Amino acid sequence: MSVFVIRRLLQSALVVLVMSLLVFVGVNVVGDPVEMLVNPEADQAEIARVVQSFGLDRPLYEQYGLFLLNAFKGNLGLSFVYGEPALKLIVQRIPATLELALAALLMAIMLGIPLGVFAGLRPDSKVSKTIMAGSILGFSLPTFWVGIMMIMVFAVMLGWLPSTGRGATVNVLGIDVSFLTWDGLAHLLMPALNLALFKISLVIRLSRAGTRETVLQDYIKFARAKGISNARVVLVHLLKNILIPVVTVIGLEFGGLIAFSVVTETVFAWPGMGKLIIDSIHSLDRPVVVAYLMIIVLVFVIINLVVDILYSILDPRVRLRDVKA
Amino acid sequence: MATVQQQLADFPVAEAGGRAQTPFQRFRADFFASRLATVSLYVLVAIILIAVFAPVISPTDPYNLATVTVLDARLPPGVKGSDGITFWLGSDGAGRDLLSAIFYGLRISLGVGVISGLVAVCIGCVVGLTAAYFGGRTDSVIMRIVDIQLSFPAILVALVLLAILGKGVDKIIIALVVAQWAYYARTVRASALVERNKEYVEAAKCLALGHRRILFRHILPNCLPPLIVVATLQTAHAISLEATLSFLGVGLPITEPSLGLLIANGFEYMLSEKYWISFFPGVALLVAIVSINLVGDQLRDILNPRLQR
Repeated sequence: MSVFVIRRLLQSALVVLVMSLLVFVGVNVVGDPVEMLVNPEADQAEIARVVQSFGLDRPLYEQYGLFLLNAFKGNLGLSFVYGEPALKLIVQRIPATLELALAALLMAIMLGIPLGVFAGLRPDSKVSKTIMAGSILGFSLPTFWVGIMMIMVFAVMLGWLPSTGRGATVNVLGIDVSFLTWDGLAHLLMPALNLALFKISLVIRLSRAGTRETVLQDYIKFARAKGISNARVVLVHLLKNILIPVVTVIGLEFGGLIAFSVVTETVFAWPGMGKLIIDSIHSLDRPVVVAYLMIIVLVFVIINLVVDILYSILDPRVRLRDVKA
Repeated sequence: MATVQQQLADFPVAEAGGRAQTPFQRFRADFFASRLATVSLYVLVAIILIAVFAPVISPTDPYNLATVTVLDARLPPGVKGSDGITFWLGSDGAGRDLLSAIFYGLRISLGVGVISGLVAVCIGCVVGLTAAYFGGRTDSVIMRIVDIQLSFPAILVALVLLAILGKGVDKIIIALVVAQWAYYARTVRASALVERNKEYVEAAKCLALGHRRILFRHILPNCLPPLIVVATLQTAHAISLEATLSFLGVGLPITEPSLGLLIANGFEYMLSEKYWISFFPGVALLVAIVSINLVGDQLRDILNPRLQR
């Protein structure tokens, strides 16, 4: 086990290092680092100061070392637009993105599993066929377009929900959350559903396939033969057994939700990390872009590491194969 | 000798009644057995024809500044414009006919998706075949890289690249290729691993044929079925990804108005209930993606050896 974890840790560190090298090369070799790191309106003295602090007058390998050192200290430059440390700006936006992603995850589970189980129990009914057709659409529809259409229908035409923004937030343990106020919930509903759409389709397919396999098992037949009520068979015997693959996949897909929140946040003007990076790319706020790239890589490497380790605990074969290879 | 003759007799050569089918005929019959797949294929062919012949069949040239006037801006669908042309799908913020803009947009969207797909297939094939054929360290190093890349969502990979590279047709193609090659490499490697141990490869090796010839002339053709399926579905994915990135403003420049950019342009008029500027390009995008996906699904059902009847 420890061999496996150490190997994975080393590998993760290597990935972060390679990505930092890529970002460094992208910024300092392909582009002009002075132009990237200094505000276009800065004077000579400011340029000289930045050149000094980032060591841009030194050889490349020393520059890379300095870049890494600065990154470790959390110094990734000041935002041109906000005049604050880039890292701080991004960290401030993380709770909004996480809230959106978690809400979407919850929706995928709450809607996807019941619909999928129903479609699996009655594969030939009209409703099931509609659910499955809907899940095909959910896979094919481009997220951003669905978001625009949701705003069109529910905010502009019907006027039921607010179109953009986060609404009122409540401060809980130093973190602003919006799901505790009605206004915040109303603002959260559409973006979360939009982000969840793809995952709902995925969960529907998984639970349908799982249900169709499981209902044929002997223990389900036996439970029915014992005279247990249909509700109990479905909710206890069946659900417990289809949950394992569903939960695994949902866990794996959490990273995908954070990646795709870039799209949803832009459509719904949700003030999270994703909106910040897109705004920063547009306003050429390069320190924030560089900081975001480093942080998102770090976040994903950590997610992957955790998933890998959890997987190896659940399934020892993964760990054994890896050590052998 | 007898067995050889027997085998020859069993071989489905065109018999007198012409009942025997070539593999292609069987494939075609299987494909058209599903009505949904047949319709999707026709729709897909229509879309490709529209994309190829967009300049010929469009009612107007939406990017000719001499004929486009701002007077026609934001007309709802079906209204006649200032020079007598009917805007069947309405006009956009600059007075362009939306139908023509969609035809031109399909051209760009499909073009970018297909070109990036082809390049990614080539890279994926070379990498996947190399990994499977040589095995050992080569294989484990390549597959580790593939695994690491696949642990990041495609949209994130493309976004990271475009944030560094900037906008442009060439840049989005690079980003899409980098985001996709690993899927192809994994697919090709998986089927090449099976093919590698078959007798015909051994025979080719005994003939002292070069590695390259064995890989590309002998193994690769036998790996094609799963590759075709993945390529079809992945192209739909690439088109959707390009539209998303262009919508976010990090993909194509305004000079290359793909469907994603058309939708983005309509977004600002959304709040004043001018739905058509975003709606119709989105429908075009959706029809293209769904038809490619359905054709791909049918191909997967036919080409999957486990489902072979």
